[in-house]
Amino acid sequence: MSLFEQMGIVYALLGAAIAVLLAGAGSALGVGIAGQAAAGVVSEDPSKFAKVLVLQLLPGTQGLYGLLVGFIALSNIGILSGKPVDVSVQNGLLILAACLPIGIVGLISGRAQGKTAAACIGIVAKKPDQFVKAMLFPAMVETYAILALLISFLAVSGIKL
Amino acid sequence: MNELEYTYAVARVRALETSLLTDSTIDQLVNCKTTEQCLQLLEEKGWGAHDADVDAEGMLKREEEKAWEAIMDVAPDLSVFDVLSLQKLYHNLKAAVKAVCTDVRGGNIFYEDAKISGREMMGIVENKEFSRLPGHMANAAREAYETLLQTRDGQLCDIIIDRAALDAIYAAGRQSKDEIIRDYAESTVAIADIKVAVRGAKTGKSQEFMKRAMAPCGSLNINELVRAAQGGTDSVKEYLGTTTYAEGAAALEESPSAFERWCDNRMMETMRPQKYNAFSVGPLVAYLFARQNEIKTVRIILTGKQNGFSDEMIRERVRAMYV
Repeated sequence: MSLFEQMGIVYALLGAAIAVLLAGAGSALGVGIAGQAAAGVVSEDPSKFAKVLVLQLLPGTQGLYGLLVGFIALSNIGILSGKPVDVSVQNGLLILAACLPIGIVGLISGRAQGKTAAACIGIVAKKPDQFVKAMLFPAMVETYAILALLISFLAVSGIKL
Repeated sequence: MNELEYTYAVARVRALETSLLTDSTIDQLVNCKTTEQCLQLLEEKGWGAHDADVDAEGMLKREEEKAWEAIMDVAPDLSVFDVLSLQKLYHNLKAAVKAVCTDVRGGNIFYEDAKISGREMMGIVENKEFSRLPGHMANAAREAYETLLQTRDGQLCDIIIDRAALDAIYAAGRQSKDEIIRDYAESTVAIADIKVAVRGAKTGKSQEFMKRAMAPCGSLNINELVRAAQGGTDSVKEYLGTTTYAEGAAALEESPSAFERWCDNRMMETMRPQKYNAFSVGPLVAYLFARQNEIKTVRIILTGKQNGFSDEMIRERVRAMYV
């Protein structure tokens, strides 16, 4: 078997890595941005800790979505069971392409959700009774991460090796 | 600086904004019968140093300090705020030039929280070491000093330094990358020019005097403003009606104190959009402004009460609050 023919599993692993790395990075950025805002509010009013913590955690989901897709991809190619299957270059590239939506959308939406959450932490700082409304704005950003997760999940699961 | 660097600071300022005085609190203060009642209400709102006896001036001074302490505590870059202290810096220069030239010393005439303290400024002017001043100040200081010595005209000395201050603020605004600082500089210079035009029109100042006192800015045509001022207050109102400062004309129509109130309220309007800005330095600048605005308003109320002004007279002079 030539080196080129063995590249299939490398592409598949690259896909799993992209899903986990990019989506995780998006979440890290988002949670970091929201965390700074949360710290600002809690330093003045510690009683708002629970509310701002919930808002800070919202951008953390993208990382979990990336992990889920990466996990399914690894499971598909037998890495998790310790018995790697033969993956053709075509199938490897298919898995790589299937992982891209959650990777890219996870990165962008994680950061955007972090900024929205930080802005909404400002609402909680001034009007804590508007907490539920404040949660809805970052939740809107989540929609697009879920759509990307759905496509990546269906695509990775649908590739039969 | 990346606007996300201000995320922590803006969130903290949002939390601090909950303790700013509202219009209804100001109304309560105006309705108080005596200064003591006002001070008690302010103390309940957290004003002043709680371990000290309540006295009006001490309380206002402490609040001014608290406002700057809060900003110094949260701002990642304090150089952005330099433009806001330029007026204090130039005030110190003006006070020092007058004290040296007239040989009248003493009194609490300096801002000690300016970049160059009163004592240092006195030393610079006494020894004529104008080169020790920042670039934009040195020429104005020398010119004002020589003019006052030769002409003994205090007003001329004032306009030289005030004009230099306005030019410095405008230049700092143009160089700034922050929109709020650019807006602040534009509004400060434009409102100062309008004040010069209104006062010049009332006192019949010459065209040359007004041109010397007014600093060019983007939102006003100085030549037209000077021409209008030459025609009297009505011409100034007419000209303002054609600019973005049309409300100033209406305030001018009402009364001199309504015009002064409009000048401050207009600055506050410049800051108001920052209430909805979640990032950048804007909300910090607006918070500092809001604090200074409420301190100024409380000072007006306390002074009015101490001097037996009626509630209506005080209410006419009360500024709009930020929150």
